[in-house]
Amino acid sequence: MAMARLKFPIILFGAAQLLKRASHRHPDFNSRVQEHNLVAQIMARDEGIGRWFEFKNGIITSKAGLHAKPDIKLMFKNAKIGVALLTPPINWLDQINAQKDFLLTVDGPEYLTNWFAQTLMMSQSAGLKYGTKLRRGVTRYCNMTNGGPVFVYVKDGKILRLTPIDLAADDGASWTIEAKGQKLTPPRKTTLAPHGQNAKSIVYSPDRLLYPMKRVDFDPNGERNPQNRGKSGYERISWDAAIKLVTDEIKRQKREYGPGAITFSHGSHHTWGNIGYYLSALFRFANAVGMTRIHHNPDSWEGWYWGAVHHWGHTLRVGQSETYGTVEDCLQNCDMIVSWAADPESTSGSYGAQEGTTRRQWLKNQKLGIKVVHVDPYYNATAQFLPGKWFAPKPTTSVAMAMAIAYVWIKEDLYDKKYVETHTVGFDKWKTYLLGEDDGIAKTPEWQEKETGVPAKDVRALAREWGKKRVYLAPGGWGNGHGGACRNQTGIPWARVMVCLVAMQGLGKPGINMGNLQWGTPIDFNFYFPGYADGGMSGDLENTSMPVELYQRMPQLPTMNSNNQRIPRIFVPEAILDGKAEGYPWVGKSIEHQFPKFTYPAAGHSPVHMLYKYGGSILSTMNNTNRWVRMYQSPNLEFVVNQSIWFEGEAKFADVILPACTNFERTDISEWAGLGGYGHHGQQQLNHRVIVFQAPALKPQGESKSDFWIFNELCKPLGLANYFSEGCNEIDWVKRVYLASDMPKVMSWRKFLKRGYFVVPAEKEKLRAPVSFRWFFENRKKDVPEAQPLPSDYTEEYLRGLQTQSGKLEFECNSLKRFNDLERPPIVKYEPSWEGAHSGQLFERYPLQLLTPHSKYSFHTQGDGKDSFLLNIEDHRVKVDDYYYWIVRMNAEDAKARGIGKHDLVKVFNDRGAVICAALPTQRLPRGVAHGYESSAVYDPMGEPGKSVDRGGCLNLLTPERTQTKSTHSLAGANSLVQIEPWDGRTEHMSAAFAAMEKDNEIMQTLKEAHLVPAK
Amino acid sequence: MKKWNMIIDVAECTNCNLCTLAAMDEYVGNDWPGYSAPMPKHGHKWINILQKERGQIPMIDIAYVPTMCNHCDDAPCMKAAPKGAIKKRRDGIVIIDPAKAKGQKQLVEACPYGHIWWNEELQLPQAWTFDAHLIDQGWAKTRGDQSCPTGAMRAIKVEDDEMARIAHEQDLEVIKPELGSKPRVYYRNLWRYTKCFIGGSVAEDRNGTIDCVEGASVQLVKDGASIAVTTTDNYGDFKFDKLEENSGRYTVQIYAGGRSKVVETNLGASINLGEIRL
Repeated sequence: MAMARLKFPIILFGAAQLLKRASHRHPDFNSRVQEHNLVAQIMARDEGIGRWFEFKNGIITSKAGLHAKPDIKLMFKNAKIGVALLTPPINWLDQINAQKDFLLTVDGPEYLTNWFAQTLMMSQSAGLKYGTKLRRGVTRYCNMTNGGPVFVYVKDGKILRLTPIDLAADDGASWTIEAKGQKLTPPRKTTLAPHGQNAKSIVYSPDRLLYPMKRVDFDPNGERNPQNRGKSGYERISWDAAIKLVTDEIKRQKREYGPGAITFSHGSHHTWGNIGYYLSALFRFANAVGMTRIHHNPDSWEGWYWGAVHHWGHTLRVGQSETYGTVEDCLQNCDMIVSWAADPESTSGSYGAQEGTTRRQWLKNQKLGIKVVHVDPYYNATAQFLPGKWFAPKPTTSVAMAMAIAYVWIKEDLYDKKYVETHTVGFDKWKTYLLGEDDGIAKTPEWQEKETGVPAKDVRALAREWGKKRVYLAPGGWGNGHGGACRNQTGIPWARVMVCLVAMQGLGKPGINMGNLQWGTPIDFNFYFPGYADGGMSGDLENTSMPVELYQRMPQLPTMNSNNQRIPRIFVPEAILDGKAEGYPWVGKSIEHQFPKFTYPAAGHSPVHMLYKYGGSILSTMNNTNRWVRMYQSPNLEFVVNQSIWFEGEAKFADVILPACTNFERTDISEWAGLGGYGHHGQQQLNHRVIVFQAPALKPQGESKSDFWIFNELCKPLGLANYFSEGCNEIDWVKRVYLASDMPKVMSWRKFLKRGYFVVPAEKEKLRAPVSFRWFFENRKKDVPEAQPLPSDYTEEYLRGLQTQSGKLEFECNSLKRFNDLERPPIVKYEPSWEGAHSGQLFERYPLQLLTPHSKYSFHTQGDGKDSFLLNIEDHRVKVDDYYYWIVRMNAEDAKARGIGKHDLVKVFNDRGAVICAALPTQRLPRGVAHGYESSAVYDPMGEPGKSVDRGGCLNLLTPERTQTKSTHSLAGANSLVQIEPWDGRTEHMSAAFAAMEKDNEIMQTLKEAHLVPAK
Repeated sequence: MKKWNMIIDVAECTNCNLCTLAAMDEYVGNDWPGYSAPMPKHGHKWINILQKERGQIPMIDIAYVPTMCNHCDDAPCMKAAPKGAIKKRRDGIVIIDPAKAKGQKQLVEACPYGHIWWNEELQLPQAWTFDAHLIDQGWAKTRGDQSCPTGAMRAIKVEDDEMARIAHEQDLEVIKPELGSKPRVYYRNLWRYTKCFIGGSVAEDRNGTIDCVEGASVQLVKDGASIAVTTTDNYGDFKFDKLEENSGRYTVQIYAGGRSKVVETNLGASINLGEIRL
């Protein structure tokens, strides 16, 4: 103790010197210390010793001892603890424990204690050098987009260019796969997705929100005029005013309504980075405030989570398969890839840029002898790139095609009977169904032809070829699930039947697996760097995968939402408008977690009255989204705040707008395609693992701020700032992620900040991860590097068998036998879509099936609109009469029959709404099928929002919000019935059915008075 | 003297548009004095991808052809440019001088490839400079080459003799060779864009079940002479490609298992004859 008594004052003296020196040397830090005048006391309570620091007009003075009237106090229980916590390097576990054990406490106004703590931290990072200096005054930084890493060339504070990274000789080595006499090595460079290369144009977009704003007719103390959301203009306010407005409202909501009144809504993606991400800073903030959770549906995995898991488990991958080693196995052993509703050339593996493209290009090498066939209603970009037979089933029907393939295999003895006997259960039940022995309908190729439109002879030929070859089945863009047909009305049976097909052929045998070279590269899986779903600084142990590893590696204060109320995301509008909603949970812990229903409102909770919206627009990404417009205009929502980078979509429906900056204007750290959580080891869609320090390349535009800064400021009036920030600044959190990872073993902090990136060397050949499911086929313990399923989910012995009750592939699912759901019978059956050719009158009125897959050039709403470069790509948007219209593709004959030519403006509509698009007649679609990407960033109603035609291209105004089945919380809207007509220029959408659905008397009245003919 | 050339492989272009976006990234908002004034954010396509859909569902394919200033050795634009507004560099690159060319709108018309773009705001004709400002700083690749994931676009610096040899060996073509403008941008597999095909699918009735016919011999006859022979694959599909558009009447003769079938067609653009039942 005596020693500590001596050391404590010395350390505090050092801290004072550091503050003064930083203030003297670094102008930014000097500006910081000018922000407040105060006296801060650091002290040891037991010994009653310490040092005070006075900040006065930017001058720092400090003296040993206790000040008579300090404004704030930072107190250690005793000098020993003070010495331990203040001696560098910082031990974060000790810091956190000291706070939990009340060994370290603060006293004083929150805004000052937080300012002082962050200033102390800032004195250590002041003057850090970022980036690499090049000639001609150019500095090169690194950053990470959703579409890949970039070099950012900056001169005079302006971005000159963004490029992919050409790997240097001293960057980590690449891998080589030997297959059929060929040596295959990826190019030594990173690639970009189009939306990544587009990024400069959205940083400098005229649609950037440059300062906080308030809706002109919103008065928090008077008329709030919620009915005018989406219509009224905005006025600029100061950050101080904005922070006060929002925090006053948070307090009022809690005071007047109690727990549950506030909800937070965020998209499924955000600008990249492990700190400034929704699963990181936002979760920490929202948990600290408390909220009704909007429980997400498993977005792009629907059929896999609600369907496939019952056959093979994988709940912690949302029903997708493990993918390790499959690139090598596919290239070495496979004869044919069946690409089924899979378009990786368009969807880029979500975050994988064009990495898979470089590998799939090898398939053009005849010496590998790997054929590709494509099953997709749309002749997609992957089919364009990789020549092969194209099967074009009508949307939602390919389940029948798959069953006919299985039927041929049974009839012609073309499946692996031994494997089915030893590795599966329940096949006889399914066989009975396929042969029609129970329902009298044999699932023959002729039977499927009536549903799919694909000639029976072609299906038979495919079944025969498949049955004789070693085949990789590639459903969805990732080749193992995700996207594709799992998002439409028959997505659940589709994902289920995909698993059944590969089970019949012997999943895990050499050359027989799932994949399309998108996942499964032989990278190093042992080098740890957290993915975004590992939760960053969220402290959230329930809703991120933080407990798995990051929590131990990056100690932080845990956060926990104290409200128990949830809204199923698909039905947020109903929850607000009608006051009730029910759903089923997406929780990956076990198969059975999806079964218990939850309802809103929860007992004893307040209904939601305030919405905090963060990130991209849902108006174009959820379904039947005119519902959202109605929700926003409802008086039930008393307050809407929107934190957004651009003035687009839902930002135009807010009462207060908080302008956030892009990832190029803030500090962050991340790994390319490092997903973590449900996308464990997502880096295996890359050729090289790349970890990036996301340097701020320029100052935030206007008064926009980083998400971290915004949350931190909001926390001050709420007294939460020290809890939220733990006294750290963004750069400190970034460093904590760096320290938590394996990066310090390979590159120093300072070098990382300058060089900006690190390439993890490829794994040695003999240490590569084994091939997925080979262990299962060979009856060994699971040996791929994923710690899932959870130990208790094994039946016989840990690591033996699958997650299913039998431990085997289940054609007849035990879990569904237990759940007893008529819409999800234990064996997969074909049931036509409830919005398709069997929909009777609806199909007569709306005879076109509209496919709305993920977009090729933009990423959800990112990259689209905003006056971006992407507008210049004719397959993305096309300029007609001085406006950039969204494209709708339609079969050339269908277009001709309607008198529609190339780039004619057309009205795409149904009872839910109407969208004006530019038509693109094509042979890439069969008759009766249209195609337009979902996720336009522009919602541009030409009249009354929610009730007029939209010309922004939000095709999700037209898609059904109904869940795939009643007992699932599953989006089904990737397909809808519509009509397409030449646009008559009318801006109101006059549909009697629409008006009825809207329960909108005004529209009904207008219809009546004007004697207008309703649309069909 | 080594000079710059571009080789583009039409069969490897996926229409990802990374080259066009990289060009916008490089030129929009950036002034490269002596090389180029800023490119307008919209309206100009210094790199422009043409496309062509061939055939009818389900036998179709699509070709994408990135086009740009051809940096012609006998550039028609130079002849139309007084006062040295356009110069040919020793390394083959053609530069429209952003100062001297001001106001010379006639240059837009002078390019037979439509690759001189008029900048209304600056009153300036503009074209893709082969990223000469980067080349001169030591870049080994153009932005488009660097960003292309498939290597469909490759810039190479070789002697003219060497380029002629490569063009010959690899069957490279230029666009509109008949103009004699000697483009430095070469294309591989351009037939995917310029030529057309006749295809179809052979089937037969086997005891009441329609099946694909694999291994049928298919002959393409023009003016009484057999010009190509192929066999059907396991889906009964056959395809004769690299035919001239609007090249008149063809006869397709199919033989399988002692049976035969003859189909006549008049070839305009690519045609899928559909199912042909023996």
